[in-house]
Amino acid sequence: MPLPRLIPCLDVADGRVVKGVKFQGLRDVGDPVELGAAYSDAGADELVFLDISATVDARVSAVDVAARVAEQVTIPFTFGGGIRTLDDATAVLEAGADKIGVNSAALARPELIEELARTLGSQAVVVAIDTEDGRVRSHAATRDAARDTIEWARECEQRGAGELLVTSIDRDGTQNGYDLDLLARLGAAVSLPVIASGGAGNAQHIAAALEVSRAALLASILHERPARLITLRDELRDLGVNLRDAR
Amino acid sequence: MKVAICRYGAGNVRSVELALGRLGAELVDDLAGADVTILPGVGSARSAMAGLTERGTDVVLRERHAAGRPILGICLGLQLALDESEEDGGVPGLGLVPGRAVRLTGERVPRIGWAAVEPGGDAFWFAHSYAAETEATVATSEGVSAIVEHGSFTGVQFHPEKSGVAGARFLEQCLSRG
Repeated sequence: MPLPRLIPCLDVADGRVVKGVKFQGLRDVGDPVELGAAYSDAGADELVFLDISATVDARVSAVDVAARVAEQVTIPFTFGGGIRTLDDATAVLEAGADKIGVNSAALARPELIEELARTLGSQAVVVAIDTEDGRVRSHAATRDAARDTIEWARECEQRGAGELLVTSIDRDGTQNGYDLDLLARLGAAVSLPVIASGGAGNAQHIAAALEVSRAALLASILHERPARLITLRDELRDLGVNLRDAR
Repeated sequence: MKVAICRYGAGNVRSVELALGRLGAELVDDLAGADVTILPGVGSARSAMAGLTERGTDVVLRERHAAGRPILGICLGLQLALDESEEDGGVPGLGLVPGRAVRLTGERVPRIGWAAVEPGGDAFWFAHSYAAETEATVATSEGVSAIVEHGSFTGVQFHPEKSGVAGARFLEQCLSRG
């Protein structure tokens, strides 16, 4: 199997990286290209940009963000948020992204996964699953999607998804550790790569998740500070995790 | 150094363009006359092959290979250069390299991530569900064909254009042979 992957996640709105402060509004924390390049230099294996812009106009600029990132960043990146059609996905990939992420749009119309995989290839299609108590949540986890998480994961695989990005909503932002039990059950249910998300508080948490899933999304633990990724990688190496030599 | 990229509707052209630009290559449209011609590709073998034949690119590539002019195939571009792929129920390839593309049998498919390529030991970015089965393999990654060489054709299963410093080094070496 390929090396374990550390994947910083950046939330983007209106072309800027933002940070939510307890749902009380968004704070501007930097330029997506600058932060992405800094994470890449700090040893990130991939990047995920999640567009959380509220309006369609702002999403048009998402393609522009993907294009600017591709000019400066020479590691793979995934772009998610607001992708509803094959045309949306194609525009982002043509701008230089490697994969697209879909979530609510795939729940609303699961055939979308097949359409994307058939044209773009499975390797470019990441289905993001937000889950709580074994059930799938949609629309930024605000609604019950009326689906069992394991069953939905299997359906995504059958429809041609290339990876699953699984966020445990009840762990997200808590820094109490990943939901290892859920990750193990998902890993047994599908043969796709699974990216663990939600709950990373320290290097031990990440090392434990990488044992089960081989890929971990890093969000709040990094606090938008690429320097934290450098120390985390050192700590993980000390724990015996075989990370890529990024030089 | 004049480099041409095959544009046939099968993706990731922009990343390849950017990577070549960073190395100072001059991008040209003339697939036959360039110093090096690059066959990129992601997506499904059948639609990619159809894209090549519709544009007559298959003919240009065969002529170029017969004349001993350098071609670099990346990912699906490598798989299309083989005799056939077992993807989509079987798709005939360009036949530049003897062999076939077969479905991966690893624990997790697609095989996605950074993995070391031997000999050499550098890690490169892989994202694939099929791989070459060919005697032209000159480097492997975890038992999977990673680099193929046959005549003037070089094929890589990984994505040098997305493989950071190691990828840029590799592309630079490829161009220096053109």
